[in-house]
Amino acid sequence: MDLNLSADDKAFRAEVRAFLDENLPAELADKVRRSQSLSKQEHDFWHTKLNDRGWLAPNWPKKFGGTEWDAVQRNIFEDECALAYAPRIVPFGLSMLGPVLQEFGSEAQQNYWLPRILSGEDWWCQGYSEPGAGSDLAALKTRAVRDGDHYVVNGQKTWTTLGQHANMIFCLVRTDPTAKKQEGISFLLIDMNSPGIEVRPITLIDGGAEVNEVWFTDVRVPVENLVGEENKGWTYAKFLLTHERTNIAGVGFSRAGLAMVKRIAGRAQARGRPLLDNPHFAARVAQVEIDLMAMAVTNLRIVSKAAKGQAPGAESSLLKIKGTQIRQEIIDLARRAAGPQAMPFASEGLDGTNTPLPDPYDAGGVAASYFNNRKLSIFGGSNEIQREIYAKHLMKGAS
Amino acid sequence: MNFELTEERQMLQDTLRRFLSSAAGDVWHDLAELGVIVALFGEDAGGFGGTGFDLAVVFEELGRADLVLPLIDAALIPGRLMVAAGADVAPLIAGTERLAFAHSELGARYDLNWVETRAKDNRLTGEKTTVVAAEDADTLLVSARFGGAVDDQQGIGVWQVAKDAPGLTLRSYEMAQGGRGAEVSLNDTPGTPLMTQAYDAIADAMAAATLAQCAETLGAMDVAVEMTREYLGTRRQFGRPIGTFQALSHRLVDLMMELEQARSAVILGAGHLENPPAERDRVLSATKNIMGRVGRLVAEDTIQLHGGIGMTHEYALSRYAKRIAMADHRFGDTDHHLEQFIALSR
Repeated sequence: MDLNLSADDKAFRAEVRAFLDENLPAELADKVRRSQSLSKQEHDFWHTKLNDRGWLAPNWPKKFGGTEWDAVQRNIFEDECALAYAPRIVPFGLSMLGPVLQEFGSEAQQNYWLPRILSGEDWWCQGYSEPGAGSDLAALKTRAVRDGDHYVVNGQKTWTTLGQHANMIFCLVRTDPTAKKQEGISFLLIDMNSPGIEVRPITLIDGGAEVNEVWFTDVRVPVENLVGEENKGWTYAKFLLTHERTNIAGVGFSRAGLAMVKRIAGRAQARGRPLLDNPHFAARVAQVEIDLMAMAVTNLRIVSKAAKGQAPGAESSLLKIKGTQIRQEIIDLARRAAGPQAMPFASEGLDGTNTPLPDPYDAGGVAASYFNNRKLSIFGGSNEIQREIYAKHLMKGAS
Repeated sequence: MNFELTEERQMLQDTLRRFLSSAAGDVWHDLAELGVIVALFGEDAGGFGGTGFDLAVVFEELGRADLVLPLIDAALIPGRLMVAAGADVAPLIAGTERLAFAHSELGARYDLNWVETRAKDNRLTGEKTTVVAAEDADTLLVSARFGGAVDDQQGIGVWQVAKDAPGLTLRSYEMAQGGRGAEVSLNDTPGTPLMTQAYDAIADAMAAATLAQCAETLGAMDVAVEMTREYLGTRRQFGRPIGTFQALSHRLVDLMMELEQARSAVILGAGHLENPPAERDRVLSATKNIMGRVGRLVAEDTIQLHGGIGMTHEYALSRYAKRIAMADHRFGDTDHHLEQFIALSR
């Protein structure tokens, strides 16, 4: 046991910090810090910066252009990026589809699609959830019927994050409606510009439009866009979901969030003193900071058990639950710290284009962030589903 | 002991519920005609109500409605101040006059005694923040200090200030819970004195407002929990209603249990509004503390139990959840009232 970073790790951390210092524009970091939504151009800018440095794909093997960092290095990188308020890399191509293609895609698919993910030529979104298939994902109904060299797709996907920017979507579709529900599913890559696709934005509780419905009407998809074998999509889907849960603990985001809480509570005055000096509030902050310190170690213990480039196993459910609990507790503290100043709110303000609201603590829209962050315990398999997964793992063999 | 509503209050509740279920747009005058505003004031002020239980009935119904009406800020608070000053509230009760109380300041956070705005020769200078309903008010009631230190209870007065008075600027915005607030800046702005040594009257008005806010939040929580119960019974996943999964149904039971605690807390608060200030404020702090804790649980868990749909703007639950959670940012939050409860319990 040694909790200290090695000399190499420290050097790596210095390298990451220097890179962020040099390449992350202050205005962009400021938007991230204030939870404002970023434009496609801003996302693309940061994607390209990381790709140019060769740091875009920490979870990919070297032969596909990944970094092959170990767990500690990945953690350092994620932490430093979050603490510097770097834009979050959109995960659908890099963290989700990439590993699936590397594991199950044909050589032709790997050679074609993987470089395009890295270059940013393709912006991928995820076609998993449907109105009737949320936690029960395998209940999905979107149909794909083979017609010569094409599949013809009809149906509806929902909660498609940033689908408005995407030119490609990977979809779970039903190719055999007569089979058991997990066994008739296939994994298709679909061009968002195909005729018959319609994207409809969903306005969320914070007024933002980060998710969409995607409707498919007789959309023709070339058969070479099938990943792996027909009707084996559920295997790939589950594999992808374990990768969706990498970095799920979000330790870096929590650290950045905690810094934000202290910043607000340091500026907010209560009875002539900073709120942070109020013993009651200070105790709340200390409590979550203590939890976070322990979770950072839990996170390292779990992810370092996983092999390089692999996702951790069932324990990742624990990381997701604890990680989101801590993140949600922190954003609640930020909202609380702002006091009456949490009330001014403008949905249009989230993209930074509206007249600025009073913001004496330089907090951005903490109420909007608080409500938006309810999603953390819902998406990617709700925390209830995570408990179910882990309970099954613990009770294996019991009947 | 008797936990039944009187016949009059039952009637008011029924009328209000029917009206609010279909109300839309500018309903202020309709509210006045229905007798809602008159129910906020005692007989000595030309009203027929004004006690804690009258307020609880009216505001719980407002909380159930899927719309935001600034009855607390445009009628209840300024009305009680006017009554305390012996001023005429007939136009307010008739719905022809709308007021707002500009009191809150950045340094005050949730403390009522912290007033930096200065008054000299009936001219006011200072910055008021998050003044709810200021935009639609005809006249603002503004608190200012004519003497004492920044946090003294003594030396605070209230002035009537015309919205278009020189040196007054108002910047308004949408609020997270709905409705609109404003930053009000006063620079040597003339005002007409309403009362001197106004702290006790302010504390009384804010006590009534705290109770009203709690009752409103209770109404909203009732609706949010009921929507959730209904959703768990109808939404099917894995071939059955999701409410048949214990992981979810047990959480619904916890919500129901806490909701009953909140209901009792509001009754407690309502029953003590007319008590002497120290006793009144101690009980209201207990009420508001419970509402803050239960409110957070209800806002968060009703969304969680719904899943993604509970986060969509289109679905009413998200609007109720926002009102419930943001109620903690008004009239003192959970922590503020815990501290006040401790202080008043010594």
